[in-house]
Amino acid sequence: MKKLVTFALLLLAAISVAACGGRPVEEPNELRVMTHDSFAVSEGIIEQFEEANGVSVVIVQSGDAGTMVNQAILNKEAPVADVLYGIDNTLLTRGLDEDIFVEFTGDASAAADYQLDDAGRVVAIDYGDVCLNVDLGYLADNGLAMPTSLDDLIKPEYANLLVVQNPASSSPGLAFLLATIGHYGPDGYLDFWAALKDNGVKIAEDWESAYWGDFTVGGGGNYPLVVSYASSPPAEVLFADPPVSEAPTAAVVAPDTCFRQVEFAGVLANAAAPNLGTKFIEFMLSPTFQEDIPMQMFVFPVNVNATLPDAFVEYASIPEQPAFVSPADIAANRENWIEEWTDLMLR
Amino acid sequence: MFQSPKKTTETHSFRVTLLSRLTSPQALWVLPLAFLGLFYFYPLGRIFVVSFADGGIGDAIAKLISSAYLQKVLRFTVWQAVVSTVLTLIAGLPAAWLVARFDFRGKALLRALTAIPFVMPTVVVATGFNALLGPRGWLNLGAMEWFGATAPPINILNTLWAILIAHIFYNLTIVVRLVGDFWRRLDPRLAQAAQLLGASRWVVFREVTFPLLAPAILSAALLIFIFDFTSFGVVLILGGPQYSTLEVEIYRQTVNFFNLPLAGLLSLLQLGATLGLTILYSRLSEKVSRPLKLRSDVVTQRKLDTWQLRLLATVIIGSLIIFLGAPLLALALRSVVGFGDRLGATRGVDGTGITFKYYQMLWVNTRNAAFFVTPIETIMISLRNALITVVMSLTLGIPTAWLLAKRGVMARWFDPIIMLPIGTSAVTLGFGFVIAFNRAPLNLRASPFLLPLAHTLVAFPFVVRSLLPAWRSIQERLRQAATVLGASPLQVWREVDLPLVGRAAAVAGAFAFTVSLGEFGATSILSRPEFPTIPVAIFRYLGLPGAQNYGQALALSTILMLFCSAGILVIENLRVGDVAEF
Repeated sequence: MKKLVTFALLLLAAISVAACGGRPVEEPNELRVMTHDSFAVSEGIIEQFEEANGVSVVIVQSGDAGTMVNQAILNKEAPVADVLYGIDNTLLTRGLDEDIFVEFTGDASAAADYQLDDAGRVVAIDYGDVCLNVDLGYLADNGLAMPTSLDDLIKPEYANLLVVQNPASSSPGLAFLLATIGHYGPDGYLDFWAALKDNGVKIAEDWESAYWGDFTVGGGGNYPLVVSYASSPPAEVLFADPPVSEAPTAAVVAPDTCFRQVEFAGVLANAAAPNLGTKFIEFMLSPTFQEDIPMQMFVFPVNVNATLPDAFVEYASIPEQPAFVSPADIAANRENWIEEWTDLMLR
Repeated sequence: MFQSPKKTTETHSFRVTLLSRLTSPQALWVLPLAFLGLFYFYPLGRIFVVSFADGGIGDAIAKLISSAYLQKVLRFTVWQAVVSTVLTLIAGLPAAWLVARFDFRGKALLRALTAIPFVMPTVVVATGFNALLGPRGWLNLGAMEWFGATAPPINILNTLWAILIAHIFYNLTIVVRLVGDFWRRLDPRLAQAAQLLGASRWVVFREVTFPLLAPAILSAALLIFIFDFTSFGVVLILGGPQYSTLEVEIYRQTVNFFNLPLAGLLSLLQLGATLGLTILYSRLSEKVSRPLKLRSDVVTQRKLDTWQLRLLATVIIGSLIIFLGAPLLALALRSVVGFGDRLGATRGVDGTGITFKYYQMLWVNTRNAAFFVTPIETIMISLRNALITVVMSLTLGIPTAWLLAKRGVMARWFDPIIMLPIGTSAVTLGFGFVIAFNRAPLNLRASPFLLPLAHTLVAFPFVVRSLLPAWRSIQERLRQAATVLGASPLQVWREVDLPLVGRAAAVAGAFAFTVSLGEFGATSILSRPEFPTIPVAIFRYLGLPGAQNYGQALALSTILMLFCSAGILVIENLRVGDVAEF
């Protein structure tokens, strides 16, 4: 029996030692970047920063964007990273109010057009527009025109054609709800949704089930209109099977129908390597990193000097006038709007 | 100036007591207590402290009391869990009987089949259901073609039925394994004796078999209930947005609204319900379980030797294969049918037939992505995690279940606690891990053991529950006999107990293996980009439009299915010290 206990204690010790063994030693030549699970980058890009600065970069993926921001807030006294990348305008105020960032001291002129923080703590890196996508083949077969406004969606000819995502759990779903609030105002958007409900809108839980389950192009569904991204049509071409020369889908980019998600990066408070972090954010704004963004993450670079890949030039469209709701308004009303919407649409 | 002899004796006897305490079996409690204390209660305590630090608990309670919506969610959570559990038991018991009492070819494969759903990520299962039952799924397409219907006749997706069916689909294996494996060791002579004394088959089942099986059935029901009670993906994706459970609300309050006090309160509620149920279960199972002479397969199983039996077996196996296999097969078929074919039905595009190109594409880094990992590497990463999980959870689970089976004071206290990890909201515990293990001395963020540790925590209740009925049924007389014959406690344990629970240990290991392979909730928060598990890789493909991405997600899901069945077959064939020699 004694042997058994000794074994048990040894094993426990072994587990805890093994568990602690992988602890990264904080070295001045290591930069840690916290980001969400959609982060992707080509091989050889980050290596350029590493070689130029003699450091190694560690990417810490931390779940979806909301989960990541919450983690950063909970650990703000002792952050796991130096830089956070991927907080968007729907979450920005939550992060700023909790003081997770320090002021950015580097050169962020390339991102100036997208700045939403007066105190200059965060730097815009990329943006993506959540827009309606249509099945072009379906519209052609049925003699329907592309919708050109949100009002079109409540007309009888578009009855039972649209699938949207639940804003309570889906990021594009929330963005589309914000587009309707931006367009109709906080007092008018529910009337629009009531009419949309009468017109047979389908509500899917998340982007995956809407696009792959309900959308006619994605797979087995019956809905030729879906809430997705302005960059989805180029992806339909790039990853087509069999190859196609024209996109089977198109994004509706008419004024006030899309909502723009801008993703920011910032140096975290209490970071171990804040200067390196500042350099890295400047690197993310350089054409090297910016030109890599579209094909990896299917969003657009903020730097106007970055050249877009051919597929984006040919198949992607950028809405000139997306609907706008300020980050502060979103932070103040998000829960309330979602509850009102849920009360109306799902109960 | 001199030591009193009395004092020396006292010190000596104290040492003896201490020594015997330390070396007594009770000292083994250190193992599960330390594990749960460090990796469960500590992170959970941290997140609750943070959640309730600013006194938001009062507002949270007020909101819970005043919100009709939250109360509706609570009622629905309980209701759907009760119905799902009952239906799963009804659906699973015939299969458990067949697997337990009969020896037929392909049984191992059948058992492996029931385990596959258990590991499949919900999004993938939803894809399978959609391919089969969706508006343009095969059943509807077929029905419309044959019967000339103009609209799809089957519309169960996004209804309550979808939730119930998916819960049965996922949890059937728990009945087959927990009940079936206990049943196969029950002495059939008890039932035969009753029959000889004139009892009808039904009376035999009601009065003899069922009472003897009760502990295993209760065990299975409890696990299934807690699983359905804390259901997340199934409710969201298959049930659709109009349904919500407690777990879903905890996730939304935490991630979307960052309302930690309310999320914490709901989490506590879910924990309380789990604890209450488990205490109830423990009391019940103590009443109903009795020591039994367990028998080897040679005695308990027979061939399907009459045509009635063969017919019955065919019906049961056939239904199982259709119910579990059809959605999986629909999924696998979609992974080898070109995307053009699927649109072909509506667009008149010529199909390209069967193709394996999506599998070939898995090996190509089309986008030159920095964290690209081939499927083989992903499988190796998942396999490594799963094996570490099996070793850790068996190392902890075998002595824990043994201690619980001995029924001391500690066991009474500890028994309900074992179930808590699966009753805990994944997002609450995930954030607990994040704040508890981020800095020295417990910085596990980059440790390769972090994921297996989280998986062990999830698998632990299954492992203990699989082992407990077998261990409780070992008769004390065997141990006493061994002791009388001069065996040390360790020898008794090794020579008597271990061989008798070998089978249960294999089942427990298989559970741990599958839990680890399919786990996604904790994995998505804690995994590292360089080491994606298979479910993480599937989600990467599903996140982008384009037929290739979809095809590759399905191909990888099919690989996960095959790989899981292979793993289960291997583990179950290990049969650590089976009782065949009895």
